[in-house]
Amino acid sequence: MTASSKTILDAARIRQDFPILWQRVHDKPLVYLDNAATTQKPQAVIDRMLRYYHEENANIHRGVHALSVAATDAYDAARERLRRFINAAETREIVFVRGTTEAINLVAATYGRSHVGAGDEVVISEMEHHSNIVPWQMLCEEKGARVRVVPITESGELQLEAYARLLGPRTRLVAVTHVSNALGTINPIEEIVRLAHDRGIPVLVDGAQAVAHMTVDVQAIGCDFYAFSGHKVFGPTGIGVLYGRASLLDAMPPYQGGGDMIRSVTFERTLYADIPQKFEAGTPNIAGVVGLDAAIAYLSDVGLDRVTAYEHELLAYGTEALARIEGLRLTGTAQRKAGILSFVIDDIHPHDIGTILDRDGIAIRAGHHCCQPLMARLGVPATARASLACYNTREDIDALVGSIRTAKAVFA
Amino acid sequence: MSTELDDLYQEVILDHNRKPRNFRVLDAARKAEGFNPLCGDRLTVYLRVADGVITDVGFQGSGCAISKASASLMTESIKGKSVADATRMLERFQKMVTSPEPVDDLGKLKALAGVRQFPVRVKCATLAWHTLRAALESPDAVVSTE
Repeated sequence: MTASSKTILDAARIRQDFPILWQRVHDKPLVYLDNAATTQKPQAVIDRMLRYYHEENANIHRGVHALSVAATDAYDAARERLRRFINAAETREIVFVRGTTEAINLVAATYGRSHVGAGDEVVISEMEHHSNIVPWQMLCEEKGARVRVVPITESGELQLEAYARLLGPRTRLVAVTHVSNALGTINPIEEIVRLAHDRGIPVLVDGAQAVAHMTVDVQAIGCDFYAFSGHKVFGPTGIGVLYGRASLLDAMPPYQGGGDMIRSVTFERTLYADIPQKFEAGTPNIAGVVGLDAAIAYLSDVGLDRVTAYEHELLAYGTEALARIEGLRLTGTAQRKAGILSFVIDDIHPHDIGTILDRDGIAIRAGHHCCQPLMARLGVPATARASLACYNTREDIDALVGSIRTAKAVFA
Repeated sequence: MSTELDDLYQEVILDHNRKPRNFRVLDAARKAEGFNPLCGDRLTVYLRVADGVITDVGFQGSGCAISKASASLMTESIKGKSVADATRMLERFQKMVTSPEPVDDLGKLKALAGVRQFPVRVKCATLAWHTLRAALESPDAVVSTE
C-alpha cells in the first residue's frame, strides 16, 4: 500500500475531474447513480483520446512512418499497463476486445467450440448477466451440451455446496461473475476457482462489475479467463479486455480471420500470428485502447484500495438510508457487496420510480438489468437500481432518498 | 413536484393502476401477448368479437403504472365498440401520445396525453394498444415493442 492509499478518498476533488457531473438535469444538479450501466469519463480520458486524434492517429503494427510508430507504441504500452492493472503474468495474455460481451463470446466460440462436445456441461450461476448466459446456451445448443445453473440464496449469495455438486466429469468450463450487476454480491471467486481446478475444470470470470471498485489480481484469483469492459471503468465504450492464461490462449483456434492476426497468408495455407494478435483481427479500436489506458492510469492514481474503502462506507450509508423507507425492500443483501443498491417498493413499479427520480436529476436504472432469469428467481419483474462509483457522495444518497419519498407521495 | 409529473401521474392514471378494470382472463377468447423487452413489461389482451363488435375484453400482466393504467382505460373504452371504431381509436391514441396536435373524441383516454412529455414512456402507454391490434388481426399473436 502506498502512502496516498492510506488517506481518505476526497470525492469532491474527484468530481472536479468529471465534467459531465457538473451539469443540471431538469434544472436539478445531476446525481449520477447508474454506474453499473456505464461510468462517466474523467477529463484525462477525454483529453487523451482527443490528443490521439489530434497528434497520433495512424494504423498500428504496419507503418514505417512516425505516426504509425507513435500509435503502435501507445497501443502496446496500454497492453502492458492493463497487464499490471490485473496482475497478469504476461503482457501477451491481454487481448483487446469490444467489451465483456465480446470477450465471453470469444471464449465460447474458440475454447468452447474446441472443448465442449455432446453431453458435456458448462456451469454458470443464477445471478449471471445475459452476456454470460446466452453465449453458453448458443454453444451448448450447437454441440448438444447442457448449461447447468448454480442456485443462489435469498440474500443473493451463491450456494457453494450446490456449486461443488454440479461440478462433474462432464463439466468443461465454469463461467461465473465476480460481482453481480443486479445484486452487488461479491462472489468468493478464489474458492469458486479452487473447487473447479481441483477437478481440472477451467474458469472464466465476468469481471465487468469488479474492476472499477476493487483490486483484481488474476494470478491470486487463479482464473483461466477474466473479462471486463473499458466503459465500466471510466474508459470509453467499445473497448474491453479478455485476459486468458497464455497456455490456453496459445492452444485456442483464432476467433475472427483477417489482417493483423496472421504471420503469413497463401491461398493454400495461413499461419496465424502469436497471441495476443491471433485474437485481434482487423484494425482495432486504437483510440479506445489509449482512452482505456488513460482511465486505468487515472484510477491507479486515485488508488483502488481507497476507492474500495470509500465505496464500502457509502454503500453502508445508502443501505441504512434506504432501509428506513417504509415499504422498500433491498434485493441483494449478501455479506460481501459492492456498491449496488437494488430495490423494490410496494405498489410502485421501478419504471415509475425511475421517471420520478429522473425529474429530480437522479439517474438510476429500472428494469431487469439484463438478468431476466435472476428476476424470475427473485419473483420480481424488475428492480430499481442505484449503483455507486468513487465520485458519488452522501449528498447523492440523500437526494435519492428524498426523491424516493416524492415517488411514494405520488403513489400514496 | 414538476408539472410534467402531475400531467403524467394524474389521479385517473393512479386510480386505474391501483384498481385495473377488466383485469381478468377471458376463456375461449381471442388473445394476444405483448412485451416491452426494454423494461420487462408484459401483458395479455383477451377479446370476444361477435358480428364485428367487441363484446368483451380483459387483460392480465405486469408492468408500470402507465402501461397498466393504459391497458385498463383501453378495455373500458373499447368494450361494446365495433372493431372499426376500436381501430380508429387506436390510431388517435397513437397520435395523441406522440404528436403535439390536439386529438378529439378520446374521452378518458386523454388522461394519458401527459406521456408525450416523456418519450421513453410512450412504449409503456402504447403496449396495450399494440397488443389489441395483434389480437384483432390474428387470434393468437405475440407482439413486442422493440
